Amino acid sequence: MRGSHVIAEAATRAGCRFYAGYPITPQNELTEYMAGAMSRLEDGTFIQAESELAAINMVIGASMAGARAMTSSSSPGISLKQEGISYLAAQELPAVIVNTMRGGPGLGNIAPSQGDYFQATRGGGHGDYRTIVLAPASGQELADLTRKAFEYADDYRTPVIILGDGMMGQMMEPVEMEEPIDLRKLPPKPWILDGAAKRPSRLIRSLLLDTSVEEEHNWKLFRKYESITREISRAETYQTADAHLVVVAYGTASRIAKGAIKKVREMGLKVGLFRPITLWPFPKGALLEWSRRVRDFLVFEMSTGQMVEDVKLALEGRSNVHFYGRPGGIVSTPDEIAKEINSLYHRQHLEED
Amino acid sequence: MLKKVFQRPKYLKKTVFHYCPGCGHSIIHRLVAEVIEELDIGEKAICVPPAGCAVLAYNYIDVDMGEAPHGRGAAVATGLKRTLPDRIIFTYQGDGDIAAIGTAETIHAANRGENITVIFVNNGVYGMTGGQMAPTTLLGQNSTTTPGGRDQARDGAPLDLSQMLAIAMGSVYIERTAVNSPKNIRRTKRAITKAFRTQIEGLGFSLVEIISPCPTNWKMSPVDAAKWVEEVCTKVFPLKVIKDEVGKIA
Repeated sequence: MRGSHVIAEAATRAGCRFYAGYPITPQNELTEYMAGAMSRLEDGTFIQAESELAAINMVIGASMAGARAMTSSSSPGISLKQEGISYLAAQELPAVIVNTMRGGPGLGNIAPSQGDYFQATRGGGHGDYRTIVLAPASGQELADLTRKAFEYADDYRTPVIILGDGMMGQMMEPVEMEEPIDLRKLPPKPWILDGAAKRPSRLIRSLLLDTSVEEEHNWKLFRKYESITREISRAETYQTADAHLVVVAYGTASRIAKGAIKKVREMGLKVGLFRPITLWPFPKGALLEWSRRVRDFLVFEMSTGQMVEDVKLALEGRSNVHFYGRPGGIVSTPDEIAKEINSLYHRQHLEED
Repeated sequence: MLKKVFQRPKYLKKTVFHYCPGCGHSIIHRLVAEVIEELDIGEKAICVPPAGCAVLAYNYIDVDMGEAPHGRGAAVATGLKRTLPDRIIFTYQGDGDIAAIGTAETIHAANRGENITVIFVNNGVYGMTGGQMAPTTLLGQNSTTTPGGRDQARDGAPLDLSQMLAIAMGSVYIERTAVNSPKNIRRTKRAITKAFRTQIEGLGFSLVEIISPCPTNWKMSPVDAAKWVEEVCTKVFPLKVIKDEVGKIA
């Protein structure tokens, strides 16, 4: 299945019953798939919104009403959605937002990129908040993490970003889909707005004019983010057991890195991969563990260097952090990365155990 | 034998309004609460309050409330209504909220024929932020951002959003009223009732635009402000049924 379709089908099976979106390349296949999927469900709603802003705000409304709701876009469109994402975080509303990243800044181009890492992992909109950010790297993971995204969103009452790119969205891979969930078996949401029948009226708001109330609300969110950090940080390691050099990469870049590692392993270089699956929370602890054994890390991103800052923060200066990246929609080849690894390996004199 | 002929509506909370003397919001809140009670929809109603003076509507009207970002009321209401089609969803929005920053959301909700109700309070200024020019500010009218009066060449002319919405195929019932006199208040209540009935019957988009005095920002006494609504505002924004297709559809 095509990557965009995998997300859409997995979302539908995860109980997504409300989708609003706006056309933007390279993710239109996701929107189009949702149009079909929602129309086949009696309780499904698809709306082609008049704007990215309208789409995210429709998702706010659907989420207030208790639906599992999703919107999707690509970089410029995600910038427009940031208003709504800030409100979702503030109002503690679950929602899933897919960003199929493309080259930027500005209108950029429609080629795969990882230039929105900062935007995704630092909140993105105004105010003091974070969003959960998941970075799938295969067709199967697109399906699995989409299911997880809806679960995390409901469990923590917070927006979840699925951060892919044009390559992830277009690639075709075989996928095993989980069975559709039974919506009736989901835990009730005792906070939704569905009319104050035999209960006091409810209010979902983010305006907190009293500074002490706003402060406490921010600390409440902070405590939630601390639990999320403890509970869901995830990464994959590949060939790290004997590695003298560990490449750190996520999403499409991690696949290219894997290809490069296979090549340099054939040449006898001891190189492994650390692949963050959750970009926020960043799997800091796991990476720090590796710094006991590994002196050199090479961060590879399809940008001028964004995640590299999180890697440096995680390693607390205990290891050398190197960087290689290409922005603007350039997709490096495994050969290019293998060459970079090779030269770094010898420069840092990593041959000896 | 004494008979109670006037009391607090069931869906109006027992709180003192924070609104300025002579402001129309408290009257409109009361009318909305009365209509909700009379139509017996209090257990099904969900209100989307705006950014602006009426953001605090949830302190007064006692139904479920979900606050929308500035101008996005119609989009949030769309999400609520599509998810819960049998509930009664209404937005409560000011003129800056609905006719400037939220124009697109409102026009497209009307055009889709979203079965929601909009209470549109037009006081001709941005009230909460201190009296800046709104899309509805009259030509020549002073505001903090139109010193010397609104000038068409510089600031554009007042925007009649309700007329624009009437063109949209999906809108069913649109009426403009005012709350400057007992007669107009009664007419406003009838309009709000009809707008909610339009939604209850599943006919489509309904909106009541209510011209409401803002003595504080107009820098007038409440009495003069009420008079100004009658003598000046309604000349530019005439009180009338702008669109009524209820009979045609029902």
